[in-house]
This record gives sequence, C-alpha cells and structure tokens, in this order.
Amino acid sequence: MSAIVLPSYDDVVERYEPVIGLETHVELGTNTKMFCGCPTDFGGEPNTRTCPVCLGLPGSLPVANKAAIEATIRIGLALNCTIADWCRFARKNYFYPDMPKNFQISQYDEPLCVDGYLDVEVQGKTVRIGIERVHMEEDTGKSLHVGGATGRIHGATESLVDYNRAGIPLVEIVTKPIPGIGALAPETARAYVTELRDVLRSLGVSDVRMEEGSLRCDVNTSLNRPGDEWGTRTETKNVNSLRSVERAVRSEMLRQAALLDAGVKIIQETRHFQEDTGDTRPGRSKETATDYRYFPEPDLVPIAPDPAWVADLKAALPELPRVHRQRLQEQWGLSDLDMQSVLNAGAVELIEQTVAAGTTPAGARKWWLGELSRRANESGVELAEVGATPAQVAELQRLVDEGKLNDKLARTVLEGVVAGEGDPAEIMAARGLGVVSDTGALTVAVDEAIAANPDIAAKVREGKLAAAGALVGAVMKTTRGQADAKTVRDLILERLS
Amino acid sequence: MSDVTRMTATEVAALVAGGQASAVEVTQAHLDRIAAVDDRVHAFLHVDTEGALAAARDVDARRAAGEPLGPLAGVPVAVKDVLTTKGVPTTAGSKILENWRPPYDSTIVSRLRAAGTVPIGKTNMDEFAMGSSTEYSAYGPTNNPWDLTRIPGGSGGGSAAALAAYEAPLAIGSDTGGSIRQPGAVTGTVGAKPTYGGTSRYGLIAFSSSLDTPGPCARTVEDAALLHAVIGGHDPRDSTSIPQPVPDVVAAARLGANGDLTGVRLGIVTEFSGEGAEPGVLAAFRDSVETLTKLGAEVVEVSCPNFQYALPAYYLIAPSECSSNLARFDGVRFGLRVGDDGVKSLEEVMSLTRDQGFGPEVKRRIMLGTYALSSGYYDAYYGQAQKVRTLITRDFTAAFEQVDVLISPTTPFVAFPFGSRTGDPYQMYLADLFTIPTNLYGGPAISVPCGLSEGLPVGLQIMAPTMADDRMYRVAAALESAVGTFTPPAL
Repeated sequence: MSAIVLPSYDDVVERYEPVIGLETHVELGTNTKMFCGCPTDFGGEPNTRTCPVCLGLPGSLPVANKAAIEATIRIGLALNCTIADWCRFARKNYFYPDMPKNFQISQYDEPLCVDGYLDVEVQGKTVRIGIERVHMEEDTGKSLHVGGATGRIHGATESLVDYNRAGIPLVEIVTKPIPGIGALAPETARAYVTELRDVLRSLGVSDVRMEEGSLRCDVNTSLNRPGDEWGTRTETKNVNSLRSVERAVRSEMLRQAALLDAGVKIIQETRHFQEDTGDTRPGRSKETATDYRYFPEPDLVPIAPDPAWVADLKAALPELPRVHRQRLQEQWGLSDLDMQSVLNAGAVELIEQTVAAGTTPAGARKWWLGELSRRANESGVELAEVGATPAQVAELQRLVDEGKLNDKLARTVLEGVVAGEGDPAEIMAARGLGVVSDTGALTVAVDEAIAANPDIAAKVREGKLAAAGALVGAVMKTTRGQADAKTVRDLILERLS
Repeated sequence: MSDVTRMTATEVAALVAGGQASAVEVTQAHLDRIAAVDDRVHAFLHVDTEGALAAARDVDARRAAGEPLGPLAGVPVAVKDVLTTKGVPTTAGSKILENWRPPYDSTIVSRLRAAGTVPIGKTNMDEFAMGSSTEYSAYGPTNNPWDLTRIPGGSGGGSAAALAAYEAPLAIGSDTGGSIRQPGAVTGTVGAKPTYGGTSRYGLIAFSSSLDTPGPCARTVEDAALLHAVIGGHDPRDSTSIPQPVPDVVAAARLGANGDLTGVRLGIVTEFSGEGAEPGVLAAFRDSVETLTKLGAEVVEVSCPNFQYALPAYYLIAPSECSSNLARFDGVRFGLRVGDDGVKSLEEVMSLTRDQGFGPEVKRRIMLGTYALSSGYYDAYYGQAQKVRTLITRDFTAAFEQVDVLISPTTPFVAFPFGSRTGDPYQMYLADLFTIPTNLYGGPAISVPCGLSEGLPVGLQIMAPTMADDRMYRVAAALESAVGTFTPPAL
C-alpha cells in the first residue's frame, strides 16, 4: 500500500470511538517450571535448564506446579475474579520449532479465574476495567538465527534453539473489551498495564520486567463510528514497554481511521509494534490462522482448588497498590495533585522507604521529586536507578534537620552520593562540607568581611539592615558556603549594632 | 537343571533365590534361546545382551552379599519397545525413532531394575502401538510361535511372542485398545491391562494418553500378578497416576488357584454374545463358562447397550489424542531428520521427516484425529465420542452393581494369517471389539488362555471395576487351574 495520510489524533477521536482490549502475559517467579522441576532463573547457558519433560522427549509427562497454581489464584483474587471450583488444562496444537511438544499446554474454555475487574486512575478519573479471565500456560523456548546480517531468519545460515525458557509458567490476563474511553484510550491502556504491573509486584508473583519479557502485552484496538457496532480489531503483539503500549494504541487508531476514511475494510490480523518508528506492521492474517485444535489435556488431572485454601489465600493477600496509595496519600497529607506528581515520578515506594528510614514525608518528597527526579530525567534512567538509596536520602535530610548541612551543601553532598562516593556523612567528612557554626571561627571571617567592605558596613550601622545580606554573602564565599547563614547574620548585626 | 526357559517366573526366581542357578546362568539361557529362535519369531527389536548380563551379575552380587531379593529377582523380562530405556534403543516400532537412545528410564523400567528383574531386550510392536497384528512395525512383523505364518496379535505381538517362544518368562506390554490382551489371547499367554492410572505412563511413548496403560504379560496368572505388583503403584511423575496402593493381586491369584469360585458373580455381556465372533472362539468361551460354573461361580447375563458404540468412539478419541501426541516427532530435536540440506525450509524438513518417518497406519490416524479435532468438527466427532465414553462408563458402573466381574471372549477370532486384514483397516479394528470398552472406562481386564480352536489358542477376558484388579486375577487363576496352560508346538 502506498503511504497513507494520517489524520490528526483530535480529528480521529472526534469522528471515531475506540474500543481496546489487552492480553498480558506474565512469567511467574516460581522456582521451578510449570510442568517439571527445572529451575526458572533468567539467563544461563543455553539448554542447561532442561529435562525430558520440558524438552518434550517421547514418553515424558507434565505434572502441574502447585506454586504456579497458587500464584495464579492470588492474581485472580487480587483482580476480583471468581476462582473456578473445577478447571483443567487444554492442548493448543500448532507447529513451532522452539515449542518442544508442538503443542502448548494452556487453559482454553475452562480457565482458573474468571470475571473480575481492576480499577485504574486515568487523569484523575477512575476507570473500571473488566477482567475476562486469568489462566495458566507454559512459555516456549527461544530461537536464535545466526549467519545473517539482521539476526532474523531471512538470510540466516543456521537456527539454534534454547529451551531454557520452555516450560516457564506463564499467566495470561485478558481484559474484557474496554469501550467508552474516547480520546483517553492510549492513556487508559498504559494506566491499566502500569496498575496491573504494580498489583503483580505487590503480590510478589513475578519480577514484571517488560524489558526482559517477563511481562508482555498484546493490544487489541478497533474503531467504530458513533452509534455503529464495534469495528474489526487488530492485535498488536508483544509490546514491551509502558510507553509503547500507549503509542501502539494511538498509532493503530490513526492507521485504522485513515483506512476507514478511505473506505478500506479493516482486516482482523496480528500486527507488530515497531519501537523505532512507533507504528505497527502486519504479521499473520487471522483469516489464514492456524486451527489450534484445542482439546482437554489428557496427561493432567483437572484442578479443583479447595475452597478453604482459596479463602486462606484471599485472607493473606497484601494491601493492593491502589488502597496502599490512598493510605499513604492520607498519611503524607498530600493533595490529589501532589500525589499524582509522586505517582508520575514513580516515587511512591522510594518516598515510603525514605520515610521508613526516619524522615518526614515532606523531606523525603523534596529530594525525590526535586533534585533526584531532575537527575533521573537528565540521564534517562528510572528514579530507583538514579544512584541514591532511600536510606541515603533519609540520612541527608537528617543532617539538614540537625543543622549540619544547609540546603546548598546538601545538594553538593547528594551529588557525591549519586556519583557513588558513599553515604552523606562520609562525603560530608571527606569533602569537609559541614556547616560551620563555631562562632569563634566565624567571628574572624565576619570581622574580615566588615573590614573589607567599609561602605556596606556603614550602611548597616545606619540601620539599613538589608545591606547585611551582602556581608553575609561575602562570609559565605570565604567559608565556601559552609557557614550557617543565620549565625553569620546574627554576628554581623551584633558587631555593627 | 532342567531347561530354565520352560519354567515360570515364579520357578526361576525360586531357583535364583535358592542358589541352584545364578541370575547370570538364567539370563544366558534366555539369551541363547533368543539366539536360537528369534530369527524365525522376530519378537525382539533389540537384545540388550550386555545390559542384561550386568543386571544379572548385580543380582548375583546382592545375593552373595546376603541382601534381600525381591520375588522376581534374577528373572528376565522383555520390554515392549514403547517404554524408554536409558541408553538402550527405543523406537516404538517406528523409523522416526530409529537408533534413538533415550536419556532416561521410564518409571516401569526403573521399577523393574529396582526389583532385580533383568530387562533382556526390547520387543517388536505395531508402530506407535497402532495395530492389532504387529504387521505395522516399521521393522517387519513378529511371527506367532503357534504358527509362524500367522500374526501374534498387536500391538504388543513381540512381547506375547517372546513368552510363547520361551525367550523370556515375563514381558511388559501397553494396552490402549487391547494391545496386551489380544496378543495374549492369540499366543496362548496371559496379559493384563491394569486399572488406568494404576501403572505409570511416565516414559511410555504416548499413543492415546487417556487410554494407554502399561501392564504385565506372562505365561501364568500368578506370574502376571507378581509382575503387576512390581510395576504398579503411584508415580508422582504421572499426574494421572492413582495415589493408592495396588490391590493385592498376588494374594488374589493364589486364592483363585485353589479352584473355588463359590459366591463369585460373573456377568456375560449380552451385546458380546455372538455376532462377529468365530464359531470356534464362541465354543471355547461357552466351555469356559461351564467350567467356571462348575467352580462355583454364578453366571448371569448383563446388558451393556452402549458397548456397540465403543469401537467408533475409540476410533475418534485415540486418533485425536495421537494426532497431538505425535506432533513432537518433527525432526527438530531427536530421531530421524530428512531433507536438512541447508536449502529447504523448516516446514519442508518437518514434512519430509514425517512423511518418511511415519508408516501408513500412523499417518491414517494422524489425519483422522486432526480432522476430528478441527474447528467445526470437534463437537460432531471428538465431543460426541467423549459423550459415548461417559455412557459406556455408566454401563460398566451399572453392570458392576449386579456382578463382580464381566467375562467375554478376548478377541473375536484366533490368530489370522499375515496380510489377511491389512487391506481393510476396519477388519483390523474389529480385533479389538471386545477389549476396547474397558479402555474407554478405565477399569482393569485380563486375558487368560481358555482353550483351542483349530489348534490355535483362544483367550477369555475378565473385566473388573476400577481398582478391583485383584478380582480378575482370582477368576483368571481359577480358570487356569481348571483348564491348564497351553503349549505351542516346538519351534
């Protein structure tokens, strides 16, 4: 197709209504694989974490991992789902070189958790997103194509397969279609994945690292004209960052609108998100898609979770992020707007830990949202990776509170912390940065400043107290900023009174 | 010492335990017998001479050290080539696994080793256990020791023939639709399909997961029971394995051997009472019923109206599961790979590998199963077959409210000549007419020799409720005590 002219986003949302849906795959952080005892850690020499079962050798049989079932139930409970009293696995049959058995054990029409919801905040508004189902499956191995220029299969001379990842437990979380969000569709998609990630992290069931693939998202998007039925959806596969989730929805809305404007029918198909350009490219067309020939997995007995067990798991759920945030906002006495800026900066946990390390919420917030956020933005890293720990920030603020550092000195010390020079007190000592409030030493500096600036001193003597500021500045200069400004000012006024 | 190859496993084990013969001597005698007759019988695909002698030496060493030995220690056992044996070729009768040496032992084989039995080799079978005559083995058929021009049954024809040819006193089979019992019947040996889940499938190369059941083959009921006790019981590696102890089948077999069946109620399935079976088979069956009555059993007719749908239901379920189970044989990770010339695509290599690696019956069933599971046909075929399966289970449940066990001929006909049914798959499928309902239900069943027809053995099938394997051993042993065992002509 020749290049199509994209309409503007505002134009699109004025004329079309988007419906989105998200399918999220999460690798569970269990110690062993879904159906065998092999370890699940990321990395490792290729094919060293395998056994007859996860290699699909003839005769081998799967046995379901109880820890994975438990984690899935906990996810379902956290997402307000009903936990099935009876469910089972199915086989999804298709051929793929990195899938050892050439079928994937998954759940199909009998998932473990169904019909829940997740509330997310989108620009200050709560949107309730329906959860269709949460089910278990196993991951595939990874193919590596070598000998070509691109690392893709075309042009490669050999293909190698690493089965270390084959059989790692996956949970798939599928939303119901989300209509009625209009222009906020991209933000809603992002807010959902963010909230889901936070929920999963609070449950401790996964390390939810999108960049390592332990959280992967497929985004469904369709457009319809107001009053019409929902449009044909496309599925954008394996979007692997929060920003990309948002971009993928937006670019797919623009692309589909352009096609619809031109009277072209949308084809139901799989598309791939291009990180570099921010648009999507076609993958497999669903019209010629594989018939998966699902049927109940005969090698595994059905799962019937004991209701008492489920009740225990429910009782033991941690405080979920949304509730937790509301509690913190109250404790910290923040307005909605202030809390939003804390959230946007990804600073909730950091501030919480800093407070726990013994400082006030205001003090903690000042550093994380101020100096450290600025640095994180400048160097393009996450706030948590900026180089300072909550304990160090708490220590810094304590030194300020105790009058050992002033604001300016504290910034210098923080620079040292970020540079990895050590803890604040160490840096203060090593660089000789402590506030000097010893009046003996300061008196000398004050007398020098008065002697060097007779005109200003005269003005102060005449009662023009504002002029004292220049003398304070001079003292600060000679003491390299280490003097306590208030003490200096008091001394100057005392001398010149 | 008289010829140990003619002895029962019980006798061989006593000989070894008593020190009258070493396990090595016993094993060597069987290896010699194999060397003498197997070029005519072709029961074995691989004879593990070194491994067997090593296992025998180990038993002798343990005996010398005064360690306690199990009841079958030192007894050679032939293993159907569908069970993985670490480092020893395992082909499932298919070219696609030619020369494949598994890196692990199946649970059954591990238990055989732990019990001190001597795995002596791998026996011939229909490719991937699909067939009723062993004519579908990619490595050529096995010949029935009773008449070398006839089939030994299938798919476990190799295991049954090894017993009938005195190449081993014990063998392991697997029964998906009758593959232990039907070969047992046509070779005059004993074959038992345990309760599904009563023996582990771990390491059994899957044909149809919901039906496959490994089990014992022997020349006497007591030997079969002893072997059953060794290989049975819960296995955490198999999710469908039943977490309960095996019923005491050995005690039941010994109880039955006294020939008294007073108080035992036997049911004859009305729907199995004639049509489709050879007159000679029916005559032997009627004689056996009379014998059992004389032993004190009460015999009644029981109707199982849905059994007539068992064959079509089976031929949807088994191929459906096999079409999925066999998907892993694609030339990527193990076994045969055809066409990997650096030019052909992955799909072409997979296609060529499967085309050359699979035989005609396997392809037929993969196609059938792929079709039956495909979208739009699932409900009409696979779904419908599963409903029939439920109805058959209900028939069994209702029948066992009236009787202790059900009896029937094992197979409608005696061993047929080679090639007489391969041209018409349906004629071949009929061989399992009487055995299939039990697989759909999951209960145990045994075939025990009950007479001869035209000089060829006829088997009687005894079916019991799930986890009541002991009942069928008792009845089988009682019949055996009355009719004796049957010896084939000398090879």
